[in-house]
Amino acid sequence: MDLQTTIYLVVGLSFALYIGIAIWARAGSTSEFYVAGGGVGPRINGMATAADWMSAASFISMAGLISNMGYGGGLFLMGWTGGYVLLALLLAPYLRKFGKFTVPQFIGDRYYSQTASTVAVLCLLVASLTYIIGQMTGVGVAFSRFLGVSNETGIYVGMGIVFTYAVFGGMKGITYTQVAQYVVLIFAYTIPAIFISMQLTGNPIPQLGLGSNLVGSDISLLQKLDSIVVDLGFGQYTTTTAGSTLNMFVYTLSLMIGTAGLPHVIMRFFTVPSVHAARLSAGWALVFIAILYTTAPAVAAMAKTNLIRTLTPGVVMQNADPYAAESQIKYDERPDWMKRWEVTGLLKFEDKNGDGRIQYYNDKSKNEEFKGKAEAAGWKGNELTVNADIIVLANPEIALLPNWVIALVAAGGLAAALSTAAGLLLAISSAISHDLVKGVFNPNISEKGELMAGKIAMAGSIVLAGYLGLNPPGFAAGTVALAFGIAASSLFPAIMMGIFSKKMNKEGAIAGMLAGLTITLFYVFAHKGLFFIKGTDYLPLIGGPNSFFGITPEAFGAVGAMVNFIVAFVVDKFTKEPPEHIQHLVESVRTPRGAKAVDGRH
Amino acid sequence: MDKSGEAYWKATLGLLTKILIVWFVVSFGAGILFADLLNNIHLGGYPLGFWFAQQGSMYIFVALIFVYAKKMGEIDRKFDVHEE
Repeated sequence: MDLQTTIYLVVGLSFALYIGIAIWARAGSTSEFYVAGGGVGPRINGMATAADWMSAASFISMAGLISNMGYGGGLFLMGWTGGYVLLALLLAPYLRKFGKFTVPQFIGDRYYSQTASTVAVLCLLVASLTYIIGQMTGVGVAFSRFLGVSNETGIYVGMGIVFTYAVFGGMKGITYTQVAQYVVLIFAYTIPAIFISMQLTGNPIPQLGLGSNLVGSDISLLQKLDSIVVDLGFGQYTTTTAGSTLNMFVYTLSLMIGTAGLPHVIMRFFTVPSVHAARLSAGWALVFIAILYTTAPAVAAMAKTNLIRTLTPGVVMQNADPYAAESQIKYDERPDWMKRWEVTGLLKFEDKNGDGRIQYYNDKSKNEEFKGKAEAAGWKGNELTVNADIIVLANPEIALLPNWVIALVAAGGLAAALSTAAGLLLAISSAISHDLVKGVFNPNISEKGELMAGKIAMAGSIVLAGYLGLNPPGFAAGTVALAFGIAASSLFPAIMMGIFSKKMNKEGAIAGMLAGLTITLFYVFAHKGLFFIKGTDYLPLIGGPNSFFGITPEAFGAVGAMVNFIVAFVVDKFTKEPPEHIQHLVESVRTPRGAKAVDGRH
Repeated sequence: MDKSGEAYWKATLGLLTKILIVWFVVSFGAGILFADLLNNIHLGGYPLGFWFAQQGSMYIFVALIFVYAKKMGEIDRKFDVHEE
């Protein structure tokens, strides 16, 4: 069977499975639609959370970014797993005890204020929408390769499918479909990694392979990779940080607190039956996530090795001279996978020195010795642009793995993007229909009307996200990181203070959320354009890129969160303390006994 | 809050503090601030700082949550606030 047919077959089968499950577990009531009726066990919930969580950014984009960044890419790994520790310890069990459908509802009740709830809806919408833009970018990459079309067409197709899919099931359908999607995506991620680890190091476990020697040599994979990337003018793989150490520190922290503040993740803990189950569920979620996340660095390093090995075949295994002309492959003799990716526009070749061979190196290197060597070799600039987002999808093709593995990876990438987009759309739709329409505008709306409002909200957000996804502010994982920064700076501090401080009042919380959100958006938009629209950035106003102590906009969320905390405490000091019954509410949220089924009443 | 409620909350905060210290040390400490220093030590083919940033911290995070869930369950029962 040829590759394209195999891909259609495997992807088609996986879709049939999800649709079958969605029909079987259709949601009948609002409770089933939003929180799956509150009866999902910790392990199943953990698995669904993992699928919900691991998006196109984790599956498609992250390893590619680590591959480019080297050691510094570890910030994604630590940030997106370390956040679960915060979530399990600081938020999940208490929010489960509180027992309502949505995050804005908690904020509205705890801060005894409709305004606070509405501000929370605003924060939630900004964070979730940004997140979906990142997903649509990833979906576009996956569909363009899978259908052999341009990236734009890929995004349009993706929009259609995500919409049909999310509107259909609600949380109950989504939870069980996500379990199936987890299984598909984890096999799709680990199987090629096992093959590749075997090929390169002889060790079938990628986590160990990454720390092993290359087959037939006594040099470790990482040591070899370090030396070949330095030969090509890149920074050493195992030590290059993401910007400064300060930036990496703050970036990691932003991702961690953003993880704990993202409403679509928090919502998952409303679906378990008890407080104890909420704690365990966070642990299980992280187990299932860690299987992929500990494999990712191996995929990253091995993909980089294989890419260089493809372009300069003798250099990795036989120590050939990377600067000798015959070391680089001829463009006419390039492998088939490069031709397939050229169609999508995400891989580009330009023969700058006209020698018909591909020179792939870092032409922005500041290393004089390297620049001398490159010039002596007649290199006129890097000739191959590889979009970081294609690394994982192309990885099995680069390693020449069997067709069914390549097809499986396509199915896995789509599963990851779809499951997360569905979860996010659900968070958006519940915020709009439940907290805004039912909570503010029309309290007497029928259950049916509420569901309809939710579905309209989903449709609106997907069109908007698709439009912005056509001109994404960065790679999928980078865009998603921005969403984490926004959640970190706005929602996390408000929720945390709501549990850990009895005296925090509504004035403090509202001022804090607004201050955190505003300053973060101000910094992000300065770099990426107002509402991510190209050409509306205003960098001169803040004094150039990364002007705040060299911190990148993706990493700014932690700073925003600090601002949020400080503003909240200051405002709190000068306004009157919350009423007695709210302080009792906080006390009752802190103890597990008496946790009831989740309901949506205001 | 009554006496036992206060003691329960104090015990909870004590546990959280201990776990968050480990959380901070393995990720921000070993994975970022002291990574260069630790890279002088090797774990198989892994420089140790790099290992903490891309492998080790994640294994420890998983363990931390389960330890937390277990200890928290014990505290719940000790102060008689566990669920039925």
